Amino acid sequence: MGVITKDIVIIGGGSAGIAAAVCAYNNGCKDILLLEKDAELGGILLQCIHNGFGLHRFKEELAGPAYAQKWVEMLDATDVEVKTSTTVIHLSADRLITYVNPREGYVTIKAGAVILATGCRERSRGAIATPGFRPSGVWTAGTAQKYINMHGYMVGRRVFILGSGDIGLIMARRMTLEGAKVLGVAEIMPYSNGLPRNIKQCLDDFDIPLYLSHTVTDIKGHDRLSSITISKVDENLNPIQGTETDFDVDTLLMSVGLIPDTALATEAGIKLHPKTKGAVVDEHMMTSVPGIFACGNGLHVHDLVDFVSLEGEEAGLSAAKYVKGELTHDKSLEITAGEGVSYVLPTYIDTKAMEDNTELKLRVGYNARNVRIVLSCGDRQIKEINKLRIAPSEMEKFPISRDELSGCTQNLTISVKEQ
Amino acid sequence: MAKDVTKTYTCIVCPRGCDVTATLDESGGIVSIDGNFCPRGETYVRNELTHPMRQLTSTVAIQGGIYARLPVILSAEIPKEKMTDVMNALKDVSVNSPVNRGDVIISNVCNLGVDVLASRSM
Repeated sequence: MGVITKDIVIIGGGSAGIAAAVCAYNNGCKDILLLEKDAELGGILLQCIHNGFGLHRFKEELAGPAYAQKWVEMLDATDVEVKTSTTVIHLSADRLITYVNPREGYVTIKAGAVILATGCRERSRGAIATPGFRPSGVWTAGTAQKYINMHGYMVGRRVFILGSGDIGLIMARRMTLEGAKVLGVAEIMPYSNGLPRNIKQCLDDFDIPLYLSHTVTDIKGHDRLSSITISKVDENLNPIQGTETDFDVDTLLMSVGLIPDTALATEAGIKLHPKTKGAVVDEHMMTSVPGIFACGNGLHVHDLVDFVSLEGEEAGLSAAKYVKGELTHDKSLEITAGEGVSYVLPTYIDTKAMEDNTELKLRVGYNARNVRIVLSCGDRQIKEINKLRIAPSEMEKFPISRDELSGCTQNLTISVKEQ
Repeated sequence: MAKDVTKTYTCIVCPRGCDVTATLDESGGIVSIDGNFCPRGETYVRNELTHPMRQLTSTVAIQGGIYARLPVILSAEIPKEKMTDVMNALKDVSVNSPVNRGDVIISNVCNLGVDVLASRSM
């Protein structure tokens, strides 16, 4: 019996995967299968009930579930085949995919192209090695969000939050509105990685204190969490003795970072990026394995869902071209992160196959005002863009055209420079 | 001589998060508003100075849905100090599936002139 084949198989039905499916379909590829492990499409948006999604795409501020629904409606207008409650358990470099679900059992299929849209995972207490006891009441912020917003379980009454990324801030407000007392948010860095608007509307509005340069150094409680200790940290982020403060709380939410889920990419032998922890890709979102593409938070963690959808579309368009034989795999130019840049994507540009215009996506290493972002080829400066303000929490986009890259034979470097 | 005071606000209207500065005269009147990228920033700061407004999202119970809770959103912003009242009004609400996105779950909630709407179909 022959293996079932599909032109494109997309793994993950969140915002990146749905956009990839819609875009690939609208670009002439009709034989597409979208696999989603949850019971319905939408991914993390389903639990993000706050508003602010879709300002770029739909010119309105939607709640997360509404943004997901609009995309699912676009998908419904296509003939893309969707399988929910379906978990992919194996992926090989020659694009054999094995999935399981309650209806079909264990199935292996062969794909002409694969798009990894697997999303990201939350770093947990173990990842940052917080000392102390192991009582119940210590949650990742996203898990608590899912329990409260989708299943209707209140996870605690007196709450402390570690990490001031947007999920931590959003949960501080959400828990407060639901009647909990949030005693504070601790952030190990001297600045918050959350959006300024979330500091204002999630913390300041409710008089929740933000402890910058602080971290949790002890967790107490046997069955249930009873108290935590926070300490101030020095410039090397080490706790300073004698600065401890205790808080009597029954709940600690951890919002300490997100990491792309690359279990399948790793199994397929895809090269990973040391900084993003996602795949290394070229400007077509193709990984180091020909015919396998990656996008969304499974590639690198984004700040805005609009950008996740855009990246999904890029991957969808590229996969459609690949199955039609219109894409090469010539990683001719390498781009590296220079001074002040923590990472840049893509890692490679295929100068033969590149479109007239493309975009570099980068994250800077520090907060600054009035700087230039500079792209150089060897000693030659190709292009620079002035920036009023840069922040590690905001992804920067750097447009670049085929013309601007003409004549580049050496590798490219992108850096931040003073004005 | 009258002395002006300045107050700085982080605009919450969109993820851009502009730092907007309002200059006020002695009696608290607005002299100028600067630093906003778009007109919505000026409206936001004028409201912050007089009557702060907020959007509110939450959930209500749903019977027969894929999950136990249905996410809801307001048709327009409400005065900040009314958020708790609206949360209380949502507490004992339970709806039956199916619900469509945009369906009115509570009309004119707490007599504020805004409706509570379903954020999604379920």
